[in-house]
Amino acid sequence: MKELCVLSGKGGTGKTSLVGALAALISNKVLVDCDVDAPDLHLLLAPVINKREEFMGGRKAKIISKLCTDCGRCREVCRFEAINEDFRVDPTACEGCGVCVQYCSFGAIDFPIAVCGEWYSSETRFGPMVHARLEPGQENSGMLVALIRGKAQELAEERRLPLILVDGPPGIGCPVISSLTGADGVLIVTEPTLSGLHDLNRVLDLAGHFKIPGMVLINKYDLNKEMAGQIETYCREKGLGLAGSLPYDPAVTEAMIQGKTIPECSRNGLGVEIQKIWGEIHEHLLD
Amino acid sequence: MIISIASGKGGTGKTSVAVALALSLEKPAQLLDCDVEAPNAHIFMKTRWEKKETVYLQIPKADEEKCTYCQACSQLCQFKAILVLGETILTFPEMCHACGGCFLVCAPKALIPDRKELGEVEEGWAGPVHFVHGRLRVGEPLSPPLIKEVKKRIDRKQVVILDSPPGTSCPVIQTVKGSDFTILVTEPTPFGLYDLKLAVEALGTLGIPCGVILNRADIGDNQVQTYLESEGIPLLMKIPFDRKIAEGYAQGQSLVEIHPELREKFQKLFHEILKGYIKNYLETH
Repeated sequence: MKELCVLSGKGGTGKTSLVGALAALISNKVLVDCDVDAPDLHLLLAPVINKREEFMGGRKAKIISKLCTDCGRCREVCRFEAINEDFRVDPTACEGCGVCVQYCSFGAIDFPIAVCGEWYSSETRFGPMVHARLEPGQENSGMLVALIRGKAQELAEERRLPLILVDGPPGIGCPVISSLTGADGVLIVTEPTLSGLHDLNRVLDLAGHFKIPGMVLINKYDLNKEMAGQIETYCREKGLGLAGSLPYDPAVTEAMIQGKTIPECSRNGLGVEIQKIWGEIHEHLLD
Repeated sequence: MIISIASGKGGTGKTSVAVALALSLEKPAQLLDCDVEAPNAHIFMKTRWEKKETVYLQIPKADEEKCTYCQACSQLCQFKAILVLGETILTFPEMCHACGGCFLVCAPKALIPDRKELGEVEEGWAGPVHFVHGRLRVGEPLSPPLIKEVKKRIDRKQVVILDSPPGTSCPVIQTVKGSDFTILVTEPTPFGLYDLKLAVEALGTLGIPCGVILNRADIGDNQVQTYLESEGIPLLMKIPFDRKIAEGYAQGQSLVEIHPELREKFQKLFHEILKGYIKNYLETH
């Protein structure tokens, strides 16, 4: 079983539209939307949810005011300034470290596990999909990502599906690391801009850090052909495979609005281009 | 006054808006790029750097000679950053949130403060704008402590603009918390709308008022506007999709360099926000 993770560093490069297109083109795979913070893949694939489960994240401190003596010890030991002067815990600042709970002499701090979101096991018109939703403002997105990747692996084994296709979150932090560790290959979608190049660099460093082979796809290359050329040269110098380039095409937005993937409504060959790109990825990253 | 720029979804034009607003103001201003995972505002600000500081997080290191393997530290640690197995103690710096609990709980004082590099904070100037950003060390999962470090540079005497990371989870909350107003940047597509709703929900939990800038306003459909009307969220500005903007952006040009006439629009936008802020201030004080 192979796992391909699609990342971008920067958001808005077209990761999800691309994963949606690949979902339509490739058979025998499990899809995973690891952008649990702003999941969008379901908008293209209209999954029918078979199983829905709560995601229990970390704990949060809660002061029981009846028992609290206002002694201030909790405020002293909290490094996250999560307890205000009225001895209330700010849930957005509490990291759930439990130090205040340990040091409250009056047993006045409760420490319950919080529900941080939900995860789903679904069926789409292109096969099974695992996805999740983190409650807005919640933490532990890395844990949730690890959980749904694990569920996808179980599903792939159960149904003997040889590929897991992961739509990754933006950035290079906790949820991205959680999406990437253990993947067999990473496809980095970039756009021909200075900021695209800057972020491409950072994701490549990250993939290198975890020793995961990668390829690059330049999306909307014709918005700046010169910069696209520079990114190509950069990839060549780094010995990185280029999976291909795609033009800017309003058809991508149109497909999105119809809730469809690119190959399903492409009249202009973008689907064919993506099929070619998939050939490259398959040959160089997954064989 | 602190104005944060957020979006839910990435790539909607947050940084473009933050930079354009900072460069349009006639007052002393600060721009803090809090997207420490993918900081980009400096590319458009053409910053003259002045200071660079490495930021560390305090983590524990075990002194095996003193350790009695009592397990108090590993039992306290919620992040699985310390493991005691028989007569071995292991620490995992990448899991550590630096809560400091292990130092407090260790009776034989067998844990020594060590540090791990979190990233860097750089400061400089772009014309009259004081610019600050953080760069998370590659491979480091925790961005909120570095965002906190960037926000320590806030000078409340000025207009402060915060460029937030995408999403709605901890790094975003860490950024927008304490803002007086949030500008949400979105685009008129189903992705934009879905993520905008999540962002509005997250801001609601923090009680921060918000308004929306619709970028690439002529691609997509009308669903975002319908949603804004139904929620009573003000639509602050529309920016059309323009190949000239896309091309200029690619080369690191700011919106107001590409379209200088936008400067006045951003000034007006700022005054609108300021008016609402003063009104709100008078009502609540």
